Amino acid sequence: MVTAEKALAVDPAGFSPDGTVSYNRVSPDPSQPDLAHGAILYLDDITVSFDGFRALNKLSLSIDVGELRCIIGPNGAGKTTMMDVITGKTRADSGTAFFGQNMDLSRLSETGIARSGIGRKFQRPTVFEDHSVFENFELALKMDKGVWPTLFARLTGEQRIRIDEVMTTVGLSARAYDPAGLLSHGQKQWLEIGMLLAQDPKLLLLDEPVAGMTDEETERTAELFVSLAGKHSLIVVEHDMDFVAAIARRVTVLHEGAVIAEGSLQQVKENERVVEVYLGR
Amino acid sequence: MSSIALLPVSAPRQPVAFRLYSKLGWTGLAATWGVLVLLALLYYLVPESSALHVPDYVIVLIGKIMCYAMVALALDLVWGYAGILSLGHGLFFALGGYAFGMYLMRQIGRDGVYKSDLPDFMVFLDWKEYPWFWAGTDQLWWALLLVVLVPGLLALVFGFFAFRSRIKGVYFSIITQALTYAAMLLFFRNNTGFGGNNGFTDFKRIADIGITLPGMKVTLFLLTAVALLGALLICRWIVTSKLGRVLVAIRDAESRLRFCGYDTVGFKLFVWCVSAVIAGIAGALYVPQVGIINPGEMSPANSIEIAIAVAVGGRGTLIGALVGAGLLHGLKSWVTVAFPEFWLFLLGMLFVLVTLFLPQGIVGLWSRLKKR
Repeated sequence: MVTAEKALAVDPAGFSPDGTVSYNRVSPDPSQPDLAHGAILYLDDITVSFDGFRALNKLSLSIDVGELRCIIGPNGAGKTTMMDVITGKTRADSGTAFFGQNMDLSRLSETGIARSGIGRKFQRPTVFEDHSVFENFELALKMDKGVWPTLFARLTGEQRIRIDEVMTTVGLSARAYDPAGLLSHGQKQWLEIGMLLAQDPKLLLLDEPVAGMTDEETERTAELFVSLAGKHSLIVVEHDMDFVAAIARRVTVLHEGAVIAEGSLQQVKENERVVEVYLGR
Repeated sequence: MSSIALLPVSAPRQPVAFRLYSKLGWTGLAATWGVLVLLALLYYLVPESSALHVPDYVIVLIGKIMCYAMVALALDLVWGYAGILSLGHGLFFALGGYAFGMYLMRQIGRDGVYKSDLPDFMVFLDWKEYPWFWAGTDQLWWALLLVVLVPGLLALVFGFFAFRSRIKGVYFSIITQALTYAAMLLFFRNNTGFGGNNGFTDFKRIADIGITLPGMKVTLFLLTAVALLGALLICRWIVTSKLGRVLVAIRDAESRLRFCGYDTVGFKLFVWCVSAVIAGIAGALYVPQVGIINPGEMSPANSIEIAIAVAVGGRGTLIGALVGAGLLHGLKSWVTVAFPEFWLFLLGMLFVLVTLFLPQGIVGLWSRLKKR
């Protein structure tokens, strides 16, 4: 455990260099989440309706700092809508969403939420197809993203090294100068995951990250996610149960816009309500 | 707009050391501008009796085409890179022209038909003094400032609301078209204070020097050449910077970029305003060379012509806008004299043919041939 003074001196993500999480840290910067209480995301009583259809129905959920949480549920359970609410794409009709102790997500724009440290991978891989793989990483890389700094931006040696690291992590070094549009579906998934890493968010939202990947790619993705947990917090939405089994510590089951079960994968599987929903009994 | 994703990107594939153009590119630019300067010298220094003398109308025509090229360049910056198709760039061009035209009207002094301090059209309306927005327009510096400020501020206000409301694609194009049309109707009114449908004409002087003197003509010609080159290099600098890559990313996947932490509204607004200012400067250079500005410049057809010039030359290449504008207006000045009734048919046909067979324009064709 680090002391408060020491924790203040380490990086703003609230993690000390050895990867342990400091819980007694005071966030001095209002544009960054205060993680002192150990939770990075609190959703409380969130309701979202589209034309009378309740996509989310009083959803409550809390994610701990450094946690890797899997979210499963049948189609239409509200998984993607939940991610939309967290990233500011959709506004909740009622309820509250907080990032850390201090940041009310309903008051922030999509850009503001991204800058405060929430990264998102879309369900359909979305990359900048006309740009090379390297340029995709350059755009994602954590730095000042205002108009003027961008106009005058030149990559520093350190930033190039960081991009190289991420490219190696996601296995795209050989494709660095190919247009992203020429990558296979699985490689695009990796590129987008890599872009998230380059963005260095505190909380990663991953919507079906292994869809369209080969078994081998899926396995490597599982390893990557497990290695990220602890340094980052992850929320993974996935249908592939083998993948969930490979990475899951805690699983949340959504159904009709609300949480119906939460626990280890085994506990969830044995939950009567979950069995009912999945098997339609 | 998925078709836009097929456009070429001139951002370097391998972001090596920063450079604007390749050696070949610089040579081409130097050669082109060398020819322009040579033409100016042949016009100004060689006596009219000589076979080498460049006649007056050639200088005026090329000067005019350079202005069209500049506004096409401005459009390519927003359309070819950020995917924002404006069908109202003629408005910014005309506003720059009107802003400088006010100064040109003041320079007429008492040499108008009515020998009054006021421009003839104001005398005709029985106005006794200049309206408030004419204040200061007798000063060259203020007029030059207006040339930049008026199109720039209009673009800023319009762009802010349009981009903040996330108006995109064809909806944005239609609104810009409506904007220039509305402005045209406004400027047609005599009471608006800009000479109604006659606009401004009969210019006499700039900075008290006669506007018809060869020295003035060659100065305007060279200024236009310098402005065009400057605008090209500024645009090229923008699109080769990281901001240029952000613009293309806006064109291809704007929402992804927002989740990367970029405020896309600010980027669009920046490039939109730069584009409007370049168009305004082009208009200001156009008016003294052509000798007239009227609301016809704001007609939707004019703005569409600019877009066609960019499409013909090749979107997202900058140089293509210059090639397209040069070709289109060269062709226009010949066709409208030889077969005036066929110009619009030809224009429409050209657009259809380019869209079908040359989706990346002339420059796209050139780079495809080079790759083979």
